[in-house]
Amino acid sequence: MDGVHDMGGMHGFGKVEPEANEPVFHSDWERRLHALYRAMSFTGVWTIDQARFARERLPPDVYLASSYYKKWELGLEKQLAEFGLAGPDELAAGRALRPGKPLKRKLTAAEVPNTVTRGSFARPAKAPARFTPGDRVRTKNIHPATHTRLPRYARGRVGVIEALRGCHVFPDSVAIGQGEDPQWLYTVRFEGRELWGANADASLQVSIEAFEPYLEPA
Amino acid sequence: MSEKDDHHRHRDEHGSELSEMQLRERALETVLTEKGYIDPSALDAIIEAYETKVGPHIGARVVAKAWTDPAFKRALLDDASNAVLGLGIVNRVGDHLIAVENSPKQHNMIVCTLCSCYPWEVLGLPPVWYKSAPYRSRAVNDPRGVLADFGVTLPADTNIRVWDSTAETRFIVLPMRPAGAEGWGEEKLASLVTRDSMIGTGFPKEPSEAA
Repeated sequence: MDGVHDMGGMHGFGKVEPEANEPVFHSDWERRLHALYRAMSFTGVWTIDQARFARERLPPDVYLASSYYKKWELGLEKQLAEFGLAGPDELAAGRALRPGKPLKRKLTAAEVPNTVTRGSFARPAKAPARFTPGDRVRTKNIHPATHTRLPRYARGRVGVIEALRGCHVFPDSVAIGQGEDPQWLYTVRFEGRELWGANADASLQVSIEAFEPYLEPA
Repeated sequence: MSEKDDHHRHRDEHGSELSEMQLRERALETVLTEKGYIDPSALDAIIEAYETKVGPHIGARVVAKAWTDPAFKRALLDDASNAVLGLGIVNRVGDHLIAVENSPKQHNMIVCTLCSCYPWEVLGLPPVWYKSAPYRSRAVNDPRGVLADFGVTLPADTNIRVWDSTAETRFIVLPMRPAGAEGWGEEKLASLVTRDSMIGTGFPKEPSEAA
């Protein structure tokens, strides 16, 4: 979706402000919320792309005005309601008003060391890869109203396939509950001037990780 | 109920005001525990892992090893997930970790313009600035301006390559080894490797800055 989360190339957000000796978390609720989110992800009710799509669907003013972990909190609340796991009435009451649904699995402290790792998103391919490194490709000019990992700034642009990264779960499909539909994934490199015009930094190249359905031969 | 009344309702026994987010998190945690979805002791273990076990010290060890061991460096650039796992400093590494090497000709910088993708198994959780709108928006079209915000200036004849982490691949920058640290062992070299140098928004410390 063409939301405010798709920030690449936007103007007006100001300077980057690094914080010296930044702590891992800035308050106890961030600490607990981050853990809560990971524990709920472990139950397997939703995928990482569904969780991202939930945050992207926050109202734009809320998305921009909320701290990072507040977005996680709001996204998680949205997911819980949409999957029927906990209602806004219960969160407002601060206690369960209905019994929980049975879930596939529940994270225990003993399993935590195994969850401090990203999941595996590689899947067997249905067909050979269409492109090989060195091929020139053009990204499609698509504007799905649903989740996609093709950023706006890199649509309709010509680049070069730099590497084939394997066949992976396709976020555009899995985020809307239409299955994993695995697709080949490539690193596609663009010249800065192809993306940003003639006045762009001539020494700049930018790459994205692009799924095969985003690409056509150029 | 007015906003003011709402604030007054939520004072704990010490009279201190709880923030909206503290209250929301508490409510969420209570509801999910009562429904049997989460085990609070697992949350404690997750917090401990992210605050004490995972962090940029892991990436620093990886970089220092690559600086001293050419075979390891080749393995790292070929398949970083496998190479890092082989070091034995972490039990697991996610798939598709990719190391990109800085050189006098090319400086690499990592961003996630769409959300906050970051190689946390080697760097820990990302800093706030990495997840912020200024970094996500400008890294891809004004990386030299972003570097200036960090007080970093690249030579004009160094090309800059920005890697937008738009899928489940993750990137770590292998910075250039600073001069003046010849003969240093891995552990001492690791003390020069900053988090930002592995994201591409900084350089390693100079040997004279080492603790």
